[in-house]
Amino acid sequence: MDISPDQWILLEWRDWRLNATIVFTWAIMALLVLGSWSITARLSEGETVSRWQVMLEVIVSGIRDQIADVGAHEPARYLPFIGTLFLFIATANLLTIIPGYQPPTGSLSTTAALAVCVLIAVPVFTIAQRGLGAYLRNYIQPTPLMLPFNLIGEFSRTLALAIRLYGNVMSGTIIVGILIAVAPFFFPVMMQLLGLLTGLIQAYIFAVLAMVYIASATRTRQRNEDGGRATSGEKTETEQER
Amino acid sequence: MDAATWIAIVSIVTAGLTIAIGSIGPALAEGRAASNALMAIAQQPDEANTITRTLFVSLAMIESTAIYCFVVAMILIFANPFTAAATQAATGG
Repeated sequence: MDISPDQWILLEWRDWRLNATIVFTWAIMALLVLGSWSITARLSEGETVSRWQVMLEVIVSGIRDQIADVGAHEPARYLPFIGTLFLFIATANLLTIIPGYQPPTGSLSTTAALAVCVLIAVPVFTIAQRGLGAYLRNYIQPTPLMLPFNLIGEFSRTLALAIRLYGNVMSGTIIVGILIAVAPFFFPVMMQLLGLLTGLIQAYIFAVLAMVYIASATRTRQRNEDGGRATSGEKTETEQER
Repeated sequence: MDAATWIAIVSIVTAGLTIAIGSIGPALAEGRAASNALMAIAQQPDEANTITRTLFVSLAMIESTAIYCFVVAMILIFANPFTAAATQAATGG
């Protein structure tokens, strides 16, 4: 049994191998690009709005609200990156209802690539917002002794992101495969439904965790610059509760 | 029995133990997290959205422990690095 779509070679030419992961990733990218392009090509602001535009607006504003909830001040800044992550993973996981399709997120290469995107995005966003010095200073907080641990934390959470998504999707695929061999028809269908739910939740969690990492990195910077005044936000919340 | 058989036996038993032991802790932790979140929602229904989101994120964090165990078990069964070495040594030597 294949534990990842990497081993499913579709096309081979000399040293070049085209595996299922790459093909399905291209298919998803084409689907997303063509879909959003055809919807955004004719947007309307009038009384009649097409159904597709409504769907897109719901998705975009929903993602923006979620980003704002996690604690980012300007959701529009993070919307393209986080939204792309979420839409790609969600589409990749939801398309499992199509027979013969293997989600590319069930391959460690894809999830590692996505996690590396997050690893790069955190410093990029924080440097763009707070500057290089403030970003580097974050590594020696609270004391310079913590520098190696901060570095380890940076990489281990990237690894955790990658392995979490990979393990979840792969476990779903493998369990369905085993169940089809053991008990055909009914249980595989139930597991497939469960897989759709967990696939969507995993996409959501990946996006939220990426946003939390970015938001926490930018927020610590803010706290340093404000000189401890950033806790005033929490204080006002507790005061409101009283 | 030759080395490959022993490696297979040990791998399968270890994979079972990994899943069994490795899912106990996350199961208890997820139960705790869910029950505490339900209590929090019962006390503050207005904050249900925030609590639910935090619950999902923390459940994902907890769950990843079990997922790591699952990945290790899958590697032991399907992609065992020692099986290939043992068969190579058996056929080559």
